[in-house]
Amino acid sequence: MVRDSITIVGASLAGLRAAETLRRDGFSGRISLIGAEVHAPYDRPPLSKQVLAGAWEADRTVLTPADRLELLGLDMRLGRRATGLDLSGRILEVDGVSESYDGLLIATGARCRTLPGTGHLAGVHTLRTLDDSLAILEAMRGDPRRVVVVGAGFIGAEVASTAIGHGVPVTMVEALPVPLGRVLGDMVGSVIAELHLEHGVDLRCGVGVEAVEGGDRVESVRLTDGTVVEADLVVVGIGVVPDTGWLEGSGLTLEDGVVCDETCLAAPNITAAGDVARWPNPRYGEVMRVEHWDNAVEQGAHAARRLLQSEEEAVPYAPVPWFWSDQYDRKIQLAGRARPDDEVRIVSGSLEERRFAALYSNDGRLTAVLGMNRPRHVMQFKGLLEREASLAEAIEFAEGLG
Amino acid sequence: MRIVVDYDQCESNAICMQIAPDVFEVRDDDFLYVLDETPGEDRRAAMQEAVQRCPKQAISLEG
Ligand SMILES: Cc1cc2nc3c(=O)[nH]c(=O)nc-3n(C[C@H](O)[C@H](O)[C@H](O)COP(=O)(O)OP(=O)(O)OC[C@H]3O[C@@H](n4cnc5c(N)ncnc54)[C@H](O)[C@@H]3O)c2cc1C
Ligand code: SF4
Repeated sequence: MVRDSITIVGASLAGLRAAETLRRDGFSGRISLIGAEVHAPYDRPPLSKQVLAGAWEADRTVLTPADRLELLGLDMRLGRRATGLDLSGRILEVDGVSESYDGLLIATGARCRTLPGTGHLAGVHTLRTLDDSLAILEAMRGDPRRVVVVGAGFIGAEVASTAIGHGVPVTMVEALPVPLGRVLGDMVGSVIAELHLEHGVDLRCGVGVEAVEGGDRVESVRLTDGTVVEADLVVVGIGVVPDTGWLEGSGLTLEDGVVCDETCLAAPNITAAGDVARWPNPRYGEVMRVEHWDNAVEQGAHAARRLLQSEEEAVPYAPVPWFWSDQYDRKIQLAGRARPDDEVRIVSGSLEERRFAALYSNDGRLTAVLGMNRPRHVMQFKGLLEREASLAEAIEFAEGLG
Repeated sequence: MRIVVDYDQCESNAICMQIAPDVFEVRDDDFLYVLDETPGEDRRAAMQEAVQRCPKQAISLEG
């Protein structure tokens, strides 16, 4: 399909990679990239790792160096927010001003869930943006007595790990009995729990937060088991919600994300990608929304190309999702879709060494692989997942790894 | 065009190798080897893809 121009809303990982893909494929029309943040597009994973550790200056997170960005010839508008969309008139509203679009790619990502009733308290943070990361870093350098991390998901776990690196005492509160139990199962979740305990984290599982207390500043956190943890810094990592508020009433289907078809098309002339997009992944026969870095890159490219394809040319987007998380000196990676009731088998290494791959399976079918300090092997197993290999095949492959 | 790898960031996950096995190789010792530091111009699109897909931002292109 020939288009004069493409408008991309959300100037982060999915949006920028979409723009770059269009240029690489030879699209020479106008590309508008509109982003609410004032910073040039930057990478988020370092925000809970190197930036928060104080090891990287903020500008090291840029996704594409300025000279290369320049070469793309984008109509880039930073510090601008899309505020509305009219499908029938093909009108996008940016900061209240209407403009027409030819093809539109939605990549507005997600924002953090917050704890109700904490908005007025200084010292309570969430972590999504560069500014969030720098604010938490400053607080950690201010010699806090203790940080309470609410939620032991991947972001919370990384914040805990980085705080320990700063020498700040950490209490991490997790509602589930085992951290990440619902994603990784209890066996692997327990290994991660032990990792935190060994590094000195005061890990409290199976409890929730009753209240965050203080006057102007946070002073303590009261837990549902009645205990009170004194803290002058709280980082809340209880998940994200897709940023679709600006699309209410637009006529797009919004259900925990922008709902797309198998090819990432949300409506005629409109696609979505990254943390904001929900689509039926034909590989799994399941509607999913994936909050991982690699998905933003891949789906950004897919959704960009989809805007230039006809109905007949369009191809389904069918990835094996994967992500990584770095905690302490461990690299954790998960490829595939693990379920809590999957069978788990440890190969190439052992739980004791904290260096292993874990194969997840259901009915003899390989469903996922998790690696701890096994990056190369995880990617090799991901190849097996992509061609829907059986558990038996995966075990045989693992034996060959020695 | 020259390939530069920041080995402090590289975690040897071999994603780049899947994209361009003629240029990147992660061996059994778990280290990444760049087989061709100055690939030809016809490999530019693949190199750009490797830069983008490296989750550790460890690869950059000069020139
Ligand atoms: C601290 C942190 C650590 C992470 N670590 C890892 C990791 O180790 N491994 C991993 O796989 N993933 C990790 N992730 C997840 C990964 O960063 C995300 O999946 C990825 O950023 C998603 O990219 P995106 O472009 O879809 O959305 P986002 O990065 O959320 O970008 C969306 C952009 O759109 C802008 N926007 C929103 N609404 C509007 C609007 N109305 N108009 C204009 N612009 C708008 C936002 O300001 C934002 O800049 C991490 C995320 C965070 C926050
Ligand atoms: S993709 Fe990046 S991290 Fe992975 S092996 Fe290549 S350079 Fe290293």
